[in-house]
Amino acid sequence: MKLTGAQAFLKCLEEHGVEVIFGYPGGALIDVYDELMKNDKIHHVLTRHEQAAVHAADAYGRIKGEVGVALVTSGPGATNAVTGIASAYLDSIPLIVFTGQVPTKLIGNDAFQEVDIVGITRPITKHNYLVKDADELVPIIREAFHLAKTGRPGPILIDMPKDVLTTRITYPELKPISMRTYKPTYEPHPGQVEKACQAMLKAKRPVIYAGGGVILSDSNEGLTELARRLNIPVTMTLMGLGGFPGTDPLSMGMLGMHGTYFANMAVANCDLLIAVGARFDDRVTGRIDAFAPHAEIIHIDIDPSSISKNVRVDIPIVADCKNALGAINAWFARSTEFNAKECMEKNRPWHEQIREWQNMHPLGYVEETDIIKPQFVIQKLHELTGGDAIITTEVGQHQMWTAQFYHFNKPRQFATSGGLGVMGYGFPAAIGAQMAAPDKIVIDIAGDGSIQMNIQELATCRQEKLPVKVAILNNGYLGMVRQWQELFYNKQYSSTVMEVAPDFVKVAEAYGAVGLRATKPSEVEPVIREALKINNTVFMDFVIAREEGVYPMVPAGKATTEMLLV
Amino acid sequence: MKHTISVLLQNKPGVLSRVTGLFSGRGFNIESLSVAQTLEQDVSCLTLVTSGEDTIIEQITKQLHKLIDVIKVTDMCEHDNVEREMALIRVKAEAHTRAEVLRIIDIFRGKVIDVGPKSYVVEVTGKASKLQAVIDILRPIGIQEIVRSGTIAMTRSHKL
Ligand SMILES: Cc1cc2nc3c(=O)[nH]c(=O)nc-3n(C[C@H](O)[C@H](O)[C@H](O)COP(=O)(O)OP(=O)(O)OC[C@H]3O[C@@H](n4cnc5c(N)ncnc54)[C@H](O)[C@@H]3O)c2cc1C
Ligand SMILES: Cc1ncc(C[n+]2csc(CCOP(=O)(O)OP(=O)(O)O)c2C)c(N)n1
Ligand SMILES: [Mg+2]
Repeated sequence: MKLTGAQAFLKCLEEHGVEVIFGYPGGALIDVYDELMKNDKIHHVLTRHEQAAVHAADAYGRIKGEVGVALVTSGPGATNAVTGIASAYLDSIPLIVFTGQVPTKLIGNDAFQEVDIVGITRPITKHNYLVKDADELVPIIREAFHLAKTGRPGPILIDMPKDVLTTRITYPELKPISMRTYKPTYEPHPGQVEKACQAMLKAKRPVIYAGGGVILSDSNEGLTELARRLNIPVTMTLMGLGGFPGTDPLSMGMLGMHGTYFANMAVANCDLLIAVGARFDDRVTGRIDAFAPHAEIIHIDIDPSSISKNVRVDIPIVADCKNALGAINAWFARSTEFNAKECMEKNRPWHEQIREWQNMHPLGYVEETDIIKPQFVIQKLHELTGGDAIITTEVGQHQMWTAQFYHFNKPRQFATSGGLGVMGYGFPAAIGAQMAAPDKIVIDIAGDGSIQMNIQELATCRQEKLPVKVAILNNGYLGMVRQWQELFYNKQYSSTVMEVAPDFVKVAEAYGAVGLRATKPSEVEPVIREALKINNTVFMDFVIAREEGVYPMVPAGKATTEMLLV
Repeated sequence: MKHTISVLLQNKPGVLSRVTGLFSGRGFNIESLSVAQTLEQDVSCLTLVTSGEDTIIEQITKQLHKLIDVIKVTDMCEHDNVEREMALIRVKAEAHTRAEVLRIIDIFRGKVIDVGPKSYVVEVTGKASKLQAVIDILRPIGIQEIVRSGTIAMTRSHKL
């Protein structure tokens, strides 16, 4: 039986177990939408902006551990998706974005709603395709799923001209994928594993620096086993949060620009740095020559180009984190040289030193009785959700306070735009997260600036009946930029004051959602409790201390030990 | 330091722009570039000359490898290899200089491939340094136009 391209497209998504897609229709995709209406296996979530569709698919994939799928039309639909694709690219998120395209014959003709989206997204996708022949559609989709989720994951874009979607084809049989040019390395080199283990045996001041790769490869258990067996303190990047339990005594929280004092001090003074699925981002390293200057560095990463990109690595291990950690744990399990008690003894002074740093400058803030502190709101959110909610964020101060004060204990519990830092990510991401985990509490921790970048998604929430909660930390500022202006630009608050802002309670109500507000510390807990009880989308507007800053802070270009503290 | 890098690619539309886009996007430079089909119809060979510190060259080869359509990347500097470039030179050739031009071209094993009433087009191949030498010597006689190809390179056959 022959199928149209549009039918084959949906059949191929089903073949890959896709249950939910996020998108927005248009002329170039009308054939697909026509088929979608008859399809009862794939649920389409109509967002109110294509950027939101891509962010939602991104977070859906992160929370579920699957490949998210977004579908947008040609021209403006495709260009609206670009920010979402770039964000997924920088965070190595598995995602497929399907774009409609003008008919093959018109390509290159400046046709109506034509853009060269393959050209535009070349540098922000892992790979992308223009389907020129309907018979190629299914093989390309299969290859795309394979590419998106294997090796270093990333977004793939498939551009589908309208005539490809209407042409009748024979649905090709499923064949194992073999790509001549693409064979990521999963297994670690045994010699490198041996070297790494020997270095760990010798180290007196070791630190584990865990990144997003731990989450992407689901290797939190292997990481936890290693840290506990060798008694190694762990710090995580923003993307690695939840890769190791945040409340574990070995956790030092996040490192880097807004990391904890003790995590940054530990990295600066360690003799062995074990980087696991992390990419030595400049927000983490600060001034590069002052980053872990005394340490031998082990780096586990599946992407060879991540290794020694910014910081010279001594013992590279190109492999999947899970396999590499498995091999290392197995080595210690059978090693006769390793003695847990001795190891404890050897590291004791190091742990004491770290505890001292922690006591000197613990993560904290000055509490007040009449004005709401943002950190307090996050602590309350943590407490009242039992630390078990799925959290998304926008970008800004509120994002950093979330990283510092919501102690993530599990992987795939947190979705944030780390590499690109997209304001407007969190709310659509919360939609994707709630679709992925309908029974969980999902909270977008937002800023008053960021939430306005995709506030229209209230309609999507309502249409899908999603009980997403949004906690707006309302400081009336583009706070993160204002903080830089305060510290480095003579308090010239140029264009960072939100002189006009909507009444967020009324905005929520206008969409049929619920709006709540807290202006005093005593109202914080009741508002959260109330919100958690409501089976509807809720905006919580927390009017917070306007000029609260995020600390510690490593000024740009400084060493990570040169932190500004509370 | 200069490096000649040889890249085997799937011969598909858009592949070349993936490579050049990578270089411009990441701030790597390309001094010369040449691409054509290999023995296998669906594989092309791209040879490029770039320069940079070792860490940059390491990133360049790793990033090239990462492109899905790239089959193989070889830094020719790590191998014993032969490299060639070609130049087409339009040089003034009037009654009193014709013989001189021919003699020079002959010394460099070049060829005259087009003859006009007042000029020759000559073809010279060799290493960049040799082409430069020809150009320097012909210049006083009067070079009207030069077109040079990028470098192409091949590893030497194994000696017995
Ligand atoms: C306002 C703002 C402030 C920020 N401040 C900080 C800060 O203070 N501290 C901080 O840490 N970040 C901060 N960030 C985030 C920062 O920009 C980076 O996004 C983040 O540090 C990168 O995290 P990562 O190194 O874990 O890499 P990721 O981007 O998560 O990359 C993952 C790495 O793991 C590898 N990998 C992927 N899959 C596998 C696998 N299966 N096996 C092995 N390896 C794999 C990849 O190749 C890659 O190298 C901030 C962001 C914003 C927007
Ligand atoms: C799309 C986009 N535009 C601009 C920025 C630059 N930027 C980073 S943080 C920030 C301020 C965010 O303000 P708000 O959402 O109110 O959060 P706050 O810092 O006040 O918590 C800005 C403008 C960005 N990250 N993303
Ligand atoms: Mg704000």
